[in-house]
Amino acid sequence: MSRRGASVSGLIMLFLWQLASLALRTDVLPGPAAVGAAFLEQLPRGLGWHLVVSTDRILAAILLTIPTAAPLGIVIGQSRRWSRVLSPAIYITYPIPKVVLLPIVMLFLGIGDAAKVFLIWLVLFFQMLVVVKDAASAVRPELVQSVHSLGANRWQLLRYVYFPACTPAILTSLRVTTGTAIAVLFISESFATASGLGYYIMVEAWGRMAYAEMYAGVVAMSLLGLTLYLVLDRIERHACQWLDPLAGPGAREEASE
Amino acid sequence: MSSVPAVEVRDVNFGYHTGSDIFCGFTWIVGSREWWAVVGPSGCGKTTLLHLLAGLRQPSRGQLLVQGEPVSRPRSSTGLILQDFGLLPWARAAENVELGLRIRGIRPAERRERVDYWLHHLGIYDLRNHYPSQLSGGQRQRVAIARTLALDPDLLLMDEPFGSLDAFTREGLQNLVASLGEERERTSIIVTHDIEEAVFLGTHILVLTGHPIRHGLVVANPGARQPGYREDPQFFHLVREVRLLVQRTQATAFSEGTAETLRTGGAS
Repeated sequence: MSRRGASVSGLIMLFLWQLASLALRTDVLPGPAAVGAAFLEQLPRGLGWHLVVSTDRILAAILLTIPTAAPLGIVIGQSRRWSRVLSPAIYITYPIPKVVLLPIVMLFLGIGDAAKVFLIWLVLFFQMLVVVKDAASAVRPELVQSVHSLGANRWQLLRYVYFPACTPAILTSLRVTTGTAIAVLFISESFATASGLGYYIMVEAWGRMAYAEMYAGVVAMSLLGLTLYLVLDRIERHACQWLDPLAGPGAREEASE
Repeated sequence: MSSVPAVEVRDVNFGYHTGSDIFCGFTWIVGSREWWAVVGPSGCGKTTLLHLLAGLRQPSRGQLLVQGEPVSRPRSSTGLILQDFGLLPWARAAENVELGLRIRGIRPAERRERVDYWLHHLGIYDLRNHYPSQLSGGQRQRVAIARTLALDPDLLLMDEPFGSLDAFTREGLQNLVASLGEERERTSIIVTHDIEEAVFLGTHILVLTGHPIRHGLVVANPGARQPGYREDPQFFHLVREVRLLVQRTQATAFSEGTAETLRTGGAS
């Protein structure tokens, strides 16, 4: 998406929001100017701190997901034996909506950060596990054979073949589950806590019927999701240049014998 | 010439789990520094033979020795070049050439030196930062050849290496491969379905026969790899001869399920 396209889309959405606000003439839907002012006003008065707390929780969950789900997905995907043993368990547990486990997770891990991070990790973990497992099992046997013939042992095959082959799947799964992860974060922060954007929106703003502040919280949460998405998109484009034949030095020349 | 044969295949049996044996009591000796081309009907087991020699598969019976040593896993000094190049799509050309050296724990300075040498030698130095998807088929195969030769193998195995290339590129790479053989004490075996390629490159041509394969027919071809050999009447004569042999073995293999052993042209 071009910068110009993003700016135009953003302006259209703000315009429609403003129109709806003017049409409804209700406190429940303040216009973008009022929300923008509330956002800037609230940022140093607590909203910024809640934003930092929520960001920490999401990043902690992502940092836990990559070293747990990616290696397990690769191991299961490249080994028929492991796949036979573990795939049925994944097949059964994958469709369970993880967010309904929140009360149980809180019983075990309490109402602090650990329960929230664990719940988001649970959502991200299964998404990444399934996608990476499929990517690892799709690696061409000829490629594995060719690297094996160079003398690679199992560990070197994982390092030089399977891990790079699965990197796009790891990053794509993170990018597409960002929205779900933020939704789970919101739910887990909505009760039995005193920090995070979910708490700010539901308790500090909505509970006091401070609508402009509530929308400021929604904007903060949306910005968190958007920023994560853009950062992951940028990392993916940088780390997976080889997927784009128009990237790199070869793009400038005609590849011909 | 060394007294130990480069390759000894003695009384070997091999079959995949899903079917009957492909090789049954197969025996074949390859001398040091020899150039062999292996031909045979499609699906007869040419590639399987190469994989056995590369240590990627193990025979169920018999003995398989390379330089006098049993092959139980890929040897560090056997090089394998495949038809689909086997290049890592996410690694640039130079990184692909470097891969085998990294796997073998060669020091970075030596790696760089060897990679640069082979990239220059094969005329692809300017393409070192390209990904495989940005290279033509011929360029990719040059990278694959550079990757294998950077390891300085004493046994070079090639599995239909030019099968997916156009005729002009194929001929250029055949000439290149032919010129590489003289630089080192290296034994080379190429598996191909292209009879002209087999006759141009192999001083010995092995025609695989039978189902399962028990023996091969060996055709001597002393003129192989000489400049201008493609225009030599002997080249055309042997192409015709080998083609007839392949057709004949194809017919006998599938109609009778037995094999015969022939030796033509004063084979070694």
